[in-house]
Amino acid sequence: MASAPSPEVLRAPLVVEFPFTRSLGPVQSAFLTGLRERTVLGVKTTDGRTLVPPVEYDPVTADEIRDLVEVSATGTVTTWAWNHEPRRGQPLDAPFAWVLVKLDGADTALLHALDAPGRDSVRTGMRVRIRWAAERTGAITDIACFEPYEGPTGGEPAPHAGEFSDPVTGIVAAARLDYTYAPGRAQTAYIKALSDRKTVGERCPSCHKVYVPPRGACPTCGVATAERVEVGPRGTVTTYCIVNIKAKNLDIEVPYVYAHIALDGADLALHARIAGIPYDQVRMGLRVEPVWTEGARFPDHYRPTGEPDADYDTYKELV
Amino acid sequence: MPSGKTSAKPSVMRPVRDIAIVAFGQTDHLRSTDELSEVEMLMPVLHQVLAATGLKTSDIGFTCSGSSDYLAGRAFSFTMALDGVGAWPPISESHVEMDGAWALYEAWTKLLTGEADTALVYSYGKSSPGSVRDVLTRQLDPYYVAPLWPDSVALAALQAQALIDAGDTDEPALAGVASRSRQDASANSHAQLRGSVPQGDYVVRPLRTGDCPPIGDGAAAVILAAGDRARELCERPAWIRGIDHRVEAHSLGVRDLTDSPSSRLAAERAGAFERPVDTAELHAPFTSQEVVLRKALKLGDDVSVNPSGGALAANPMMAAGLIRLGEAAARIHRGESDRALAHATSGPCLQQNLVAVLEGEPS
Repeated sequence: MASAPSPEVLRAPLVVEFPFTRSLGPVQSAFLTGLRERTVLGVKTTDGRTLVPPVEYDPVTADEIRDLVEVSATGTVTTWAWNHEPRRGQPLDAPFAWVLVKLDGADTALLHALDAPGRDSVRTGMRVRIRWAAERTGAITDIACFEPYEGPTGGEPAPHAGEFSDPVTGIVAAARLDYTYAPGRAQTAYIKALSDRKTVGERCPSCHKVYVPPRGACPTCGVATAERVEVGPRGTVTTYCIVNIKAKNLDIEVPYVYAHIALDGADLALHARIAGIPYDQVRMGLRVEPVWTEGARFPDHYRPTGEPDADYDTYKELV
Repeated sequence: MPSGKTSAKPSVMRPVRDIAIVAFGQTDHLRSTDELSEVEMLMPVLHQVLAATGLKTSDIGFTCSGSSDYLAGRAFSFTMALDGVGAWPPISESHVEMDGAWALYEAWTKLLTGEADTALVYSYGKSSPGSVRDVLTRQLDPYYVAPLWPDSVALAALQAQALIDAGDTDEPALAGVASRSRQDASANSHAQLRGSVPQGDYVVRPLRTGDCPPIGDGAAAVILAAGDRARELCERPAWIRGIDHRVEAHSLGVRDLTDSPSSRLAAERAGAFERPVDTAELHAPFTSQEVVLRKALKLGDDVSVNPSGGALAANPMMAAGLIRLGEAAARIHRGESDRALAHATSGPCLQQNLVAVLEGEPS
């Protein structure tokens, strides 16, 4: 039970992926629908400047702005950066320049990618035009990228009602981030012990409480916990609930019982499912033990041991 | 507080109560700390500042922290870190999903109200589990910018090129900033990059490896105290004479990337321009950003800029800004500075900026 040397740290891939569905206001809806129709819209600010891409509130005065105008698909690079190693999700797979482009008729610049033959061909002040994506859905990626352009300069912004048939009213912003999760020393020890069908906690050197699963710190004393302690395998139900709604993809028949279990020797209750007893006979104080299934990484459930119920006083601090 | 809309000359905000940073601690900043959970990484730093002041967690009037779930990829990860401050029985606590410098701002405000006399501020970040260049794209405008996945180096490179085009700097000058920072960090045992570090290849041109901050894990903590309590806890408290934070328009194409009006306004409101400072700890993760900040904050060559090595030597996300405040305060504690400016930033291309002015009393 003395503190053991740290086992090798565990690692596992962790992917966080979400398709955020976002609604658009009138200005953003008009802008993104416009891109779908190869039309670039800006918005007039209170002081008469044209913002592209447009926003709904004036960045200087905070006034609500709705006065849309159409600007050109040609423009001028205001600054750039050469990206020789494109990353996942970026507009082009081959080396390209990130650019801020002030479209003809606009007073502000739009961030996008510039497809250019090489970094020596890019400079601030160069003329570019939009290359439209073949398939457009009403998203900033309807602009596939910019490309070098040698032609006449576009004219003044023209008023535009911003009305299109079948306007885009929302976007799905897909995001995926890849991580490698490492649970740290204390939780690594906990997970490793489970592979031997053992449950370990850690004892606080100050208040002597045993925390399970251990997280490396005592939340009461704010000090590191280090002494590893094996707890259980038996324990006491401190509280429970009866689940009547079947969760999606869950292979457990309802109703079933989910309980907090204070393992013997632990000062914090774990949660787990109770089986091997009719759901309406589970009670506080019931003595239980883990049931392992072949190849499992944690107990499938806990079942009654047949011992007499524990006295309330023995677990009341853990409810 | 006057809004940004007023055309009147901005006034300096005078604190209604004297509040000081009385202790500062930080971890060694490392590329990876797989063997430690966040709370395990944080706890030694918390103990360090508590030991320096003789305070126990139960003595602290208010606790405030800064961190971001996106770095670890786990929701509510900051609640786990609360174990490290002894959050049972319940304490007065708050969290900002931002650099700890903003947590310090909140704690300072709490002390100004008189509801607490001491505050513990901490922040931490582990960038090692993910790819921080990609992770930071998720803080960008989700409609027009984030779908293009422009990474943090790319956006900084756009700003660097704008500075070069404007004649404000060139690549050798940027390399000089990198070199000076890492040489200064030789004396900082916590720094991740120290001494002679090659300028390296382009990451996103015009920025080379040397122009970019190291990616790493780390944590920091400070203790704030008011009035006489500060004098009891620290021989030479670093008094916060002013603190302010300001933000730019979020669209990069609306801003002049060669300037930082928000830093300048925050500095003005914090009283930074009333008298010269001798030290400036600037949160400039990219060499080019130091160029912008020196100009915006009107720092002369006689000011010691980032004697700690700054964010180019160690940039633990969410802690690097708080560390600037801590490093500035520590210099005052040690008697190496009498009046220091500390700056923290957040977001792409210096989008948000916080400035504090710290002073030591004549000893």
